[in-house]
Amino acid sequence: MSKRNWAILVAVILVATFGWLLYGGLNKNVVFFLTPKELVAKGANGYDVPVRLGGMVVPGSVQWNEKTLDLRFRVTDDSDTVAVHSTGAPPQMFQPGMGVVVEGKYERAGVFQATNLMVKHSNEYHPPRPGEKPEEMYKTLMKGGAS
Amino acid sequence: MTGLLAHDALMVSVVVVLVGAVLGSLGIRGGRADWVQIAFGTVYANFVLVSLATGAMIYALVTHDFSISYVAQVGSRETPLFYTVISLWGALEGSILFWAWVLGAYSTAVVWLNRKRAGNLVPWASVTLLVVALFFAILLVGPANPFKPVFPVPADGPGPNPLLQNHILMAVHPPLLYLGYVGMTVPFAFAVGAMFSGEVASDDWIRITRPYLMVAWGFLSAAIIAGMWWSYEVLGWGGYWAWDPVENASFMPWLVATAFLHSAMVQERRGMLKLWNLNLMVGTFVLTILGTFLTRSGILSSVHAFTEGPIGYYFLVFIAIVLVAALVMVAGVSDKLHTTGHFDSPTSRETAFLLNNLFLTAFMFTVLVGTLYPLLAEALRGVKVSVGEPFFNKMTLPLIVSLLFLMGVGPALPWGSATKAEMKAKLLPPFSAAAVMAAIALAVGARNPYAVLAYAFVGYAAFANLREYWIGMKARHAAHGESWPVALARLVGGNRRRYGGYVAHLGVLLVALGIAASESFRAEREATLAPGQTITVAGHTARLKEVWGREEPQRAVIGATMEVVQNGKVVATADPRMNFYPTQSAPVPTPQVISSIGGDLYFNLMAFDQNGSHATVKLIVQPLVPWIWFGGGVVVLGAIIGIFPKRRRRTAPAAVRHPVPAVAVPLPSEGEA
Repeated sequence: MSKRNWAILVAVILVATFGWLLYGGLNKNVVFFLTPKELVAKGANGYDVPVRLGGMVVPGSVQWNEKTLDLRFRVTDDSDTVAVHSTGAPPQMFQPGMGVVVEGKYERAGVFQATNLMVKHSNEYHPPRPGEKPEEMYKTLMKGGAS
Repeated sequence: MTGLLAHDALMVSVVVVLVGAVLGSLGIRGGRADWVQIAFGTVYANFVLVSLATGAMIYALVTHDFSISYVAQVGSRETPLFYTVISLWGALEGSILFWAWVLGAYSTAVVWLNRKRAGNLVPWASVTLLVVALFFAILLVGPANPFKPVFPVPADGPGPNPLLQNHILMAVHPPLLYLGYVGMTVPFAFAVGAMFSGEVASDDWIRITRPYLMVAWGFLSAAIIAGMWWSYEVLGWGGYWAWDPVENASFMPWLVATAFLHSAMVQERRGMLKLWNLNLMVGTFVLTILGTFLTRSGILSSVHAFTEGPIGYYFLVFIAIVLVAALVMVAGVSDKLHTTGHFDSPTSRETAFLLNNLFLTAFMFTVLVGTLYPLLAEALRGVKVSVGEPFFNKMTLPLIVSLLFLMGVGPALPWGSATKAEMKAKLLPPFSAAAVMAAIALAVGARNPYAVLAYAFVGYAAFANLREYWIGMKARHAAHGESWPVALARLVGGNRRRYGGYVAHLGVLLVALGIAASESFRAEREATLAPGQTITVAGHTARLKEVWGREEPQRAVIGATMEVVQNGKVVATADPRMNFYPTQSAPVPTPQVISSIGGDLYFNLMAFDQNGSHATVKLIVQPLVPWIWFGGGVVVLGAIIGIFPKRRRRTAPAAVRHPVPAVAVPLPSEGEA
């Protein structure tokens, strides 16, 4: 083979390997955004994988222990309800009836262990509107915040 | 009234740039020099018009003219004057206006300084700049019109996004970013100009635009660091980088521009990679537009803003046009690009640069895929997903440590080919520094292999870069009997580009060290405290003194005073706060950081009791965080040093070119081996 063809072959192999690595990395690290209904519907497949769960906080379900920093509440989408446990103070905004997104894993015991709890935190500024659906809201919940 | 006049100015600017672009292209093709001069004139005229509009906007903001839509959207009578002025770039329309203004300033500078240069490179570059200006002018009279009349005129507005008026860095980060982003348009325009004018085989487009590229690169570097700093100081999670799409948007053009800075040297020194360099510049520009699209179209914050606001489509169409047109042109000129040099040996600086380019572009594609995948998955498959930090970390850490290593290898190797003895003398000694750094890292408890490698290669590269200074200074000291400071000053002055580059390397190494240390040794705890109670994290103890509240004109503030206690004595205090803005339902956390050279104590108020009896406070201890900010400053210093390179004698006669005047230097540099 000529030098040029060798170079092309090397380039193709490099790009293919890189693409394959990217593909594999994506498949293993994609976090799905699910509603309680979708999470419950997954059955055994829904356990122990990282998930973003979005829904409404069930009124009356919030238990906050400020000594142990344990926060327990239930998240619903009106068809299914999932119990959530997280550690640390809830955001000041956090209140029953509001939309939240929790990041974490659904454990086999039937409790969603949250590592991150997010309430609406919009990039573009606007006064809060009532009744924003969690599905729409998830896009706005970004750790990095505004630019 | 102001609004109407400003809007008229923008309407006129659309016509002006359109006329300029058309006359310019016709004039170049038809050999009409006077038409080309008119096209140059429209570049300046557009700048004047956009300046008028921008000035009118600032005036309207300051005078609270709520009859103008943008002022009604971001203005408020309670907002302090300073934040009122900077809210020019606080939301979509104002930031597009600012974009257009910066583009006008850059275009005017580069066209004016090069207007007398013979050949069609500058005219075609001007036409390209006018086309980009046309896009933004159309946005400004269409979907991003900031001067829409509002009726009835509201008595007051909501004020800027509280997150943006909560910290001084917000005044700094966006203009830096725009100066960086928009500056990339200049080298892009000259790359296109080179392709149109047939001057693509010469390096002139690179040489003319190098100062602009350096300026833009320096601003972009500063903007990325300022953005990290802002995120760290304001958002309250104690981190500075989350692979958030907004962050990635600023980082991707930086990666490609950095690759270009290196590969352009290979073209100038060795006559290789010409086609590649054109592609890199097109890529850099498209990524800046993509970044503006991602952060400004609303696609990230809501899928619906995308369909509701048409501005996203404008950007997509523009990106598509630029990509297709530029790639067709690159393909068209590819057979004109004869590589005049060739790789003599794998053990050479050009090999290091080639690998550097491969890794940097792979880095960019990784970030690009991770950023766009959620958007594509939702658009194509209707599933909502996010790509988490594990993806980015896993994919980029090998690239990062390789790049750190290369930063030591590249400066040490000569152009062309290195002998075995040279290799040994140059590449082996830095491993001593690598071993020391790795040993320190292991001794203090670093266990992640990537972290240990990062420390080691930071040591390796720092040694290699500093040694280049040392060799040059020693030679001048010995040969000319110069004192050490004079030797250093003349060494750098003699080849600003090279030694500025090494300064930038050292800055990047400081940033890398700060990131590696703060990521691997972060410790945090959260506790609910009554006044007098303490929290201890990683050997640092803080005591809650009191919880307090205060009313300010534009907001209410709740704070917790924390005292850092050492050996029973109070050595520092911090006031993490929550700011409540009347128009925002959620309070804005306002963490407080106590910095020292060794690291940060980061306090954030998480919750408080209304009667002040207790507060929940988070304390994060992170070593070496300030080194990131300091390193960013060193990177910018390197860019400043490198902006005006020494005039090279061995290049084309000066009559053909009109480079930006370089500082005359009495002595040649030893570095030019």
